[in-house]
Amino acid sequence: MKKYFSFFKLRLQMGMQYRVAALAGMATQFFWGFMLIFAYHAFYESNPDAFPMEFSALASYIWLQQAFLMLFTTWRFDNDILSMISDGGLSYELARPVSLYRMWFAKNLAMRLSEATLRFAPVLLVAILVPKPYGLSLPKSPWHLLLFLVTLVLGLLLTISFLMLIYGLSTRMLSSTGIRVFLSSVMEFLSGQIIPLPFFPDKVRFVLELLPSAGMQNVPLRIYSGDLSGAAMVRAIVLQIVWLFVFVIAGELLLRNAEKRAVLQGG
Amino acid sequence: MKHSFRLYRHYIAINIRSAMQYKSSFWLTMFGQLLSTVSTLFGVIFMFQRFPVVKGFTLNDVILCCGIVQMQFSLSEMWARGFDRFAVIIRKGEYDRVLLRPRNEILQVFGSQFELSRIGRLIQGALMLAYGIIRIKIHWDVLKVLTLFNMILGGTALFTGLCIIRAALCFFTLEGLEFMNIFTDGAREHGKYPLNIYGDKFLLFCTVAIPYALVQYYPLIYILGQRTEWWLAFLPLLVLLYLIPCIALFRFGVRHYQSSGS
Repeated sequence: MKKYFSFFKLRLQMGMQYRVAALAGMATQFFWGFMLIFAYHAFYESNPDAFPMEFSALASYIWLQQAFLMLFTTWRFDNDILSMISDGGLSYELARPVSLYRMWFAKNLAMRLSEATLRFAPVLLVAILVPKPYGLSLPKSPWHLLLFLVTLVLGLLLTISFLMLIYGLSTRMLSSTGIRVFLSSVMEFLSGQIIPLPFFPDKVRFVLELLPSAGMQNVPLRIYSGDLSGAAMVRAIVLQIVWLFVFVIAGELLLRNAEKRAVLQGG
Repeated sequence: MKHSFRLYRHYIAINIRSAMQYKSSFWLTMFGQLLSTVSTLFGVIFMFQRFPVVKGFTLNDVILCCGIVQMQFSLSEMWARGFDRFAVIIRKGEYDRVLLRPRNEILQVFGSQFELSRIGRLIQGALMLAYGIIRIKIHWDVLKVLTLFNMILGGTALFTGLCIIRAALCFFTLEGLEFMNIFTDGAREHGKYPLNIYGDKFLLFCTVAIPYALVQYYPLIYILGQRTEWWLAFLPLLVLLYLIPCIALFRFGVRHYQSSGS
């Protein structure tokens, strides 16, 4: 376990260097947050009864989404790994006496944590100061905060385990851009990044809530404000854990055979 | 002038030919853009299923609006891509070469890149526009057709101007200014809704500070018949004036240019 922790630490330190990029990211996230909330407000005013969440819960959802974007975005890949796969550097990686899966998982975890750490605090701080109901509300109770943090971690692990499947598929292909772009954008839409899941039509929503994509950002961000509670919440958390297991096992299997099946390129 | 035009055409031909050497990359870029537009569109459709009319606009109105903004943005991305990646040109010292040539430097930067792959987004925008035109009962007349044309012209000019400003700032900072994406990508993303949806104060800001509303909201309500003043049709052309300070800023930046490449 120690060796994976050092991969993690190394990547974390590397990620923490990109402070200027984080500043630009933060500016974008502030702006995005305000624009989204203004737009939803116009929808809300047109018919408050049709609004599927409390407005303050939606505002919290959006601010948390912007603050923790780097944890949940399906677009953030470790470019070192991708270029390794496409230029043949993978052969060195395979020669190391470590599990490819765990090493890459640790690196991705560190990358996302460092990027989120540099960004989230100022966004949350300002969002809390924005007047009600447009700002970030406090969590409903300490209990909600605790559940939020636990599901946040689960959601992050689930997101990474999904990306691990894509890395796994990439090792077997000459060019993985197509499948990467496709899966990332489909997952982004299904996870509630474009519009939160409660805004989907009821029948679609019923199916979406069973899919692994619902366990990424949807669960923690809605538990925070109490929008997801009771039996539905328990079911959502159980599904999160089940999907995490499925994805991790599938990813392990996919990469364990990489030595035998990987398409090595370059020279 | 005639000579410049011929030179520019030549630049474009070279760029297209070089892009066509990497066909799969070309198609994949188009594919990626297609998916992102499709998911945005689905988001809008689902929202309007719940809320049929928002601030006087229906789903079809928004699709029309979204199509026009996509076209404005993709046209500017296509032909002003050189300014978009200007930070790279500066950092690599390529701008030295530009200055050495006895031709207009702005023309050269325009010609340095031509992103044909943006044609995918352009076609999607055109399709959305066509869908809107078919589904909304608009009483078309010459002035309204002209308004549509002005919107696309003015909007392309606006996004191009923003790219030029960003490039001009690179002379001082030497690195890309990612936050400027708010004004370009942000406008494309959030410009899918008519700007008054974001509130009156925001609309005012987009009228006087950065004139997005002149190429989107005001001419749009004229086309849709919500307002009938004839001059709304010509507001997008005002944006062409806004290009003058943009180019002046760029010229000012050139005088501060210090080569950084090797």
